[in-house]
Amino acid sequence: MIKSKKNEMKMEFDSKSNNEAFARISVAAFASQLDPTIEEIADIKTSVSEAVTNSIIHAYPNRTGLVKIRAILYEDEVEIEVSDNGEGIENIDEAKEPLFTTKCNLERSGMGFTIMENFMDNLKVESIVGLGTKVTMTKKIKKVHN
Amino acid sequence: MNVKHFIEDKILLFEMTEELDHHNTEKIRDRADYEIQRFMPKRVIMDFFRVKFMDSAGIGLVIGRYKQVSAMGGRLELLNVSDKIKKIFEMAGILKIIPIIDVSLESQRKE
Ligand SMILES: Nc1ncnc2c1ncn2[C@@H]1O[C@H](COP(=O)(O)OP(=O)(O)O)[C@@H](O)[C@H]1O
Ligand SMILES: [Mg+2]
Repeated sequence: MIKSKKNEMKMEFDSKSNNEAFARISVAAFASQLDPTIEEIADIKTSVSEAVTNSIIHAYPNRTGLVKIRAILYEDEVEIEVSDNGEGIENIDEAKEPLFTTKCNLERSGMGFTIMENFMDNLKVESIVGLGTKVTMTKKIKKVHN
Repeated sequence: MNVKHFIEDKILLFEMTEELDHHNTEKIRDRADYEIQRFMPKRVIMDFFRVKFMDSAGIGLVIGRYKQVSAMGGRLELLNVSDKIKKIFEMAGILKIIPIIDVSLESQRKE
């Protein structure tokens, strides 16, 4: 079945931590066109925050780079892509394990991917060491009929 | 973040700010550790009353403070944890070691 696209947006910004709130609020505002519940919006915000924070901390540990977001709205689903041109991930399966982190000195909990997996319906992580990482997640927005 | 000291009982209460993400928790961490080292509390209570947003940075913040406080022989407790936040803590398994306390302790804040 071909999903028909309703709307799409792209944004990019510097990998600075004060953009974390800006990023999650922007995506949530865009996704609100699908009439999500408060719960669904909260899940989207948290997951975007995780992915964006990862690009800021892990992809560009000692420099400022660009973080890109692309969001596509379908009839009953939102697809969000967060990507960077940073360090990349050596072992994606290991990175996705709960509590796995390469930065425990920074009080990272290693729960970012676990939260994305739990709060969204689907998570895909693609990465090439030295080139960057792309995280794609989708969430169904259930239509409430009254 | 607001900090309240209960001198007699050696309790420190930290009122968390509205958005607990990576950006904000860095400042909270520094302030909290400064207060913990200065005050040497028996109990530290992290109050989530005001928190509207939290991601995994909140887990790191709590685990980090737990280590600080227990290293000094104190106890860390969490207050006013919403269902949403609770779910995130549960995923990390930290509620097995760090208790959520009852709101009846609220009254202590008004002393
Ligand atoms: N965009 C990224 N670029 C490079 N490495 C990443 C990226 N995202 C995640 N990682 C790696 O995956 C690990 C796990 O990520 P996550 O589950 O979010 O935990 P945390 O951020 O707390 O370390 C990170 O410690 C890091 O090594
Ligand atoms: Mg993370």
